[in-house]
Amino acid sequence: MEPIDPTSAAPASAASAADADEALRRRFIEVKNFHFFYGKKQALFEINLAIPRREVTAFIGPSGCGKSTLLRNFNRMNDLIEGVRHEGDITIGGSSIYDPSVEIIALRRSIGMVFQKSNPFPKSIYENVVYSLRIAGQNSRKLLDETVERSLRGAALWDEVKDRLHDSALSLSGGQMQRLCIARAIANRPEVLLMDEPCSALDPIATAKVEELIHDLKKQFTIVIVTHNMQQATRCSDHTAFFYLGKLIEFDRTQKIFANPAQKQTEDYITGRFG
Amino acid sequence: MDTLPSPSAPASRPGPGSFTARRRPDLFLVLCVLASVATVGTLLWMILEITHQSWPAIEKFGLAFLTNARWQPNREIFGVLPFLLGTGVTSLIAIILALPLGLAVAVFLSEDFLPPPVRQFIRFTVEMLAAIPSVVYGLWGIFVVIPLVQEFGRWAVVAFKGTPVLGSLFAAPAYGNSILTASLVLALMILPTITAISRSALVAVPGTLREGSYALGATRWETILRVLLPTAAPGIIAATILALGRAMGETMAVAMLIGNSPRFSGSLLSPGGTLAGLLANQFGEAQGLQVASLMYAALILMLLTLMVNIAGEAVLRYTQKRTAGIR
Repeated sequence: MEPIDPTSAAPASAASAADADEALRRRFIEVKNFHFFYGKKQALFEINLAIPRREVTAFIGPSGCGKSTLLRNFNRMNDLIEGVRHEGDITIGGSSIYDPSVEIIALRRSIGMVFQKSNPFPKSIYENVVYSLRIAGQNSRKLLDETVERSLRGAALWDEVKDRLHDSALSLSGGQMQRLCIARAIANRPEVLLMDEPCSALDPIATAKVEELIHDLKKQFTIVIVTHNMQQATRCSDHTAFFYLGKLIEFDRTQKIFANPAQKQTEDYITGRFG
Repeated sequence: MDTLPSPSAPASRPGPGSFTARRRPDLFLVLCVLASVATVGTLLWMILEITHQSWPAIEKFGLAFLTNARWQPNREIFGVLPFLLGTGVTSLIAIILALPLGLAVAVFLSEDFLPPPVRQFIRFTVEMLAAIPSVVYGLWGIFVVIPLVQEFGRWAVVAFKGTPVLGSLFAAPAYGNSILTASLVLALMILPTITAISRSALVAVPGTLREGSYALGATRWETILRVLLPTAAPGIIAATILALGRAMGETMAVAMLIGNSPRFSGSLLSPGGTLAGLLANQFGEAQGLQVASLMYAALILMLLTLMVNIAGEAVLRYTQKRTAGIR
């Protein structure tokens, strides 16, 4: 397979619809000349990146390199921070997320997010999963029940909790809580699933479960995962982007990045010489 | 002798069990034990003394003291029902008025609607309300709230005449010194307690929960109502109970505003009395059985606040268990 080159635009002469579809699939999330600032401090410098649909893309790099910042722009979570601004554009499925007509609520509903530290609400397991449906005013018992089962199965948690759906979510173990958060994130059937170091607080067994889950989830979702763990990137991603000091240094197939990186900085980082 | 010399037990001393080596920590321990015993002892002493002093009244009236609606010192008939109801109703109205208001202020101050210095100023001002002496609240009530309540009362009596529930709650004649006046001032007095504690509880909700809610497409208000307030519930309940306790025990301001009538008419516009107000008003001139009866009333007030606190503690523990493990 050809490595995906983020700099080459889709051929303008693509005639057939199939070609256009494939072009869109390959650049499902597209970051174009993107700069990002926290107040006066610039966090991202001219990022160009195309993330293909229904594959796993890992963002790696040392702390403070901007990988989480970019991730949190995909669902515009950074808008919550005072004094941020951006230049350039990000498109998802061909349309800009910064278009004035975009409803931020709708955008976030179509993008699931899993955080570094699991953050279940102090509600029952059931109510955690259906949270996004409840706030959309959906109260049909049948639909909610179906969603809970589908999402918990999707997050490989159903068998462990099916007999105690109405227990507090806070009674679960750390690994279960994180999988519950994944279930909650996919309950609304989002297109994209963003994961910000989802395993950094988990033990190796729980980590293995979540990684296995990522493997299954990519059949339905476009997954972007930020990780500090190189092995995790090699184990579960198809593509890897290496960031350093707010710049995208290298983006390629994961195998290529780890076997034969094009940039010296990438090689130094993945071999543990810095970072 | 001393085979294991250590800094705390030098070889020159007789041994690890020596009196000289242990005297200082022992003295400290004794002081601590004394202080704890003195605290618990004082409380027990108070209860015992009040029970002892009230014994003649307890023997004479028994539990009928609670259900008897007449308080007539000249005929030596004593019953605290009107005051019991007065304490209950004024505290309840105060909580009903202050809780939504205090919670709204707490939410407002814990979100970033306003720039931090303005928020800080409002917070300081609300908390300052707690520092005003209650006699000042009483004076302010006499000069400001009473005329307002009189005005409102005159209007309400006409407006609600014949309406089922409101009609009897706002029945004529409309006085200024009334249950309503006392309740309004009490509400203001307990507002800082509710606001300050609820605000800290809201601020203590981890930011990750807020983020999680926003990421699922919730608006700010959905996040506040469905995640932040339920998570802060133990703190909010604690705030309410502390406030209720304060309202039930408040004496000076209430005694200055409620009218101190030994009757409970059911109309919020009539004068009434509370247990605390009764004690403050009558103790100076009381004799014989009246003293015992007042002591009995004090005992009831004490048990009542104790019960509120125990119930509060139970609810707090229950809700804390539900939200345990978040922090």
